[in-house]
Amino acid sequence: MIPSMPQPRAYRVIYTGYIVLFFVYLGLPLAVVAVFAFNDSQFPSLPWEGFTWNWFFGDARPQIGVFHERPILRAIGTSAFVGLCVSALSLAVGTTNAFLFNRYQFRGRGFLYVLMLLPLVIPGIVLGISILVFSSTVANAAWDATKWDITALRPGLVLVVLGQFSFITTIATLVISARLQKFDRTLEEAALNLGADRLTAIRTITLPYLMPAMIGAFVVAFLMSFENFNTTLMLVGSDAPLTIAMFDRLKEGSTPLLNAVSLLLMLGSSCLALVMIAFQRKA
Amino acid sequence: MQAGARLGFILLLTPLLLWLTLLIIIPHIDMLLLSLRERVGVGQYATSPANYLTFFGEPLYLRTFMRTAVMSVLATVITLLIAFPVSFYIAKIARGRVQSSLFLLCLVPFWVSELVRTFGWMILLRETGLISTLLQYLGLASGPVEMLYNDAAMMVGLVYTSMLFMVVPLVTTLESLDDAVIEAGYDLGGSGFSVLREIIIPHATPGIVSGSIVVFMLSLGNYLTPTMLGGKDSLWFTELIYSQFIVRFNWELGAAFGFMLLILSSVIVWGMLRLTGQTLEKTMG
Repeated sequence: MIPSMPQPRAYRVIYTGYIVLFFVYLGLPLAVVAVFAFNDSQFPSLPWEGFTWNWFFGDARPQIGVFHERPILRAIGTSAFVGLCVSALSLAVGTTNAFLFNRYQFRGRGFLYVLMLLPLVIPGIVLGISILVFSSTVANAAWDATKWDITALRPGLVLVVLGQFSFITTIATLVISARLQKFDRTLEEAALNLGADRLTAIRTITLPYLMPAMIGAFVVAFLMSFENFNTTLMLVGSDAPLTIAMFDRLKEGSTPLLNAVSLLLMLGSSCLALVMIAFQRKA
Repeated sequence: MQAGARLGFILLLTPLLLWLTLLIIIPHIDMLLLSLRERVGVGQYATSPANYLTFFGEPLYLRTFMRTAVMSVLATVITLLIAFPVSFYIAKIARGRVQSSLFLLCLVPFWVSELVRTFGWMILLRETGLISTLLQYLGLASGPVEMLYNDAAMMVGLVYTSMLFMVVPLVTTLESLDDAVIEAGYDLGGSGFSVLREIIIPHATPGIVSGSIVVFMLSLGNYLTPTMLGGKDSLWFTELIYSQFIVRFNWELGAAFGFMLLILSSVIVWGMLRLTGQTLEKTMG
């Protein structure tokens, strides 16, 4: 079972074969998406019509590339904007949450901790509709009371940001808490002994120590926001983020344009992942 | 100092409370209230369980609900069965560089949007897709084979999509199992199977539970994979919620559906935790 235990040869061969198959299963769909981004045809399927860069750089019909397709470019921009808002918000709240649970013992702490974890076990689509329902209730009440239509509370980017924030914050909190728990409090006390006040001690000692976790939380939050589908689907207005825009196209039938966008997404997120790993290694 | 600590406490507590009450608790209460409302006239509403009665009275709704639950459990079990040997290999058999790169390889697909992954499966499985062409080339099929739009395709997609969330907790718990314990099991005369059953699986239980909870939740709440890969008969409960909210604009019924989904997921998660004696803090935190 483990290397120090002798095992029949056949067992090892079968086991290794299984592992190889598993990784083929993992890689195949992505490889296929990537390869067909270069197919010189209207459809991302066989037969292979030859290699082309047109689905990236083409500027004439019928092969308009990603970099000339305005709706897709706009959707990427929207997604990036939403992602930055969500990551910044959830990083801020995640950090305060981590300090709260790490530094204070108070009545109801355990209860609040469980409550904080709940968004992870609520289906994304339910989070989406509950926020949709509540914001409409508030918006309708405001309209009835003052005849003032709060457009921010109607389906649109603000709600998308709030919806994604509502569960990504839990993840940010967990990532930052994990590192804060390993922090040696005596370092902070040393700073206090040397004459620093509390805030200075936290700013110069604790926060630099937390930095890798905070960067990690930011990147994870950004990626989760960028690829979120369920919650966004229920809250989206007229400005569609990329996943929704791609979904609408995919329903109508796909062209290798979608493969090209997907390949760019893969490259983008692998770059982000590498940056994050590099940061973690330095820490 | 005392006053300063108190102020700090309040400053740290405020964002947490704002987030939880405004975005989680009140919206869910509001959704519950909406689901208990019935339209009796133009702009007139009465409190009644009518939406829930509709849910239980209409066979399509109830059947879809049960089907979604059963299929999600099935997807969770299949994911666990596939992921366990792989996680064991990564945690206990692979060493050094191989170990860390295999682990990283497991993560890679999940840095990409679920949409892209589903799209990949569509390209592979569709009538003009790779697998169909390959089967024809090998002479195993005489014409194009449509493998999309059925339960099997949907299951492949669901398992694929949630694989990471099973592998990571399993690898983490299995890594903490000392090799010496396994060796001791063998020394005491245990067979491979009894070592697996009495040492490895009990040790891995926290990982199995947290992986299963997340995979189950993801499958239950999935909208994309059943819509894109499933056929006409593989209606998913989230599709019903979506159509009530966005297509039919019947929010009352949609809210009732949403609540049923929430209850179903909570009951199964709670049951899983109770059965294995775990707590939410331990498995998620």
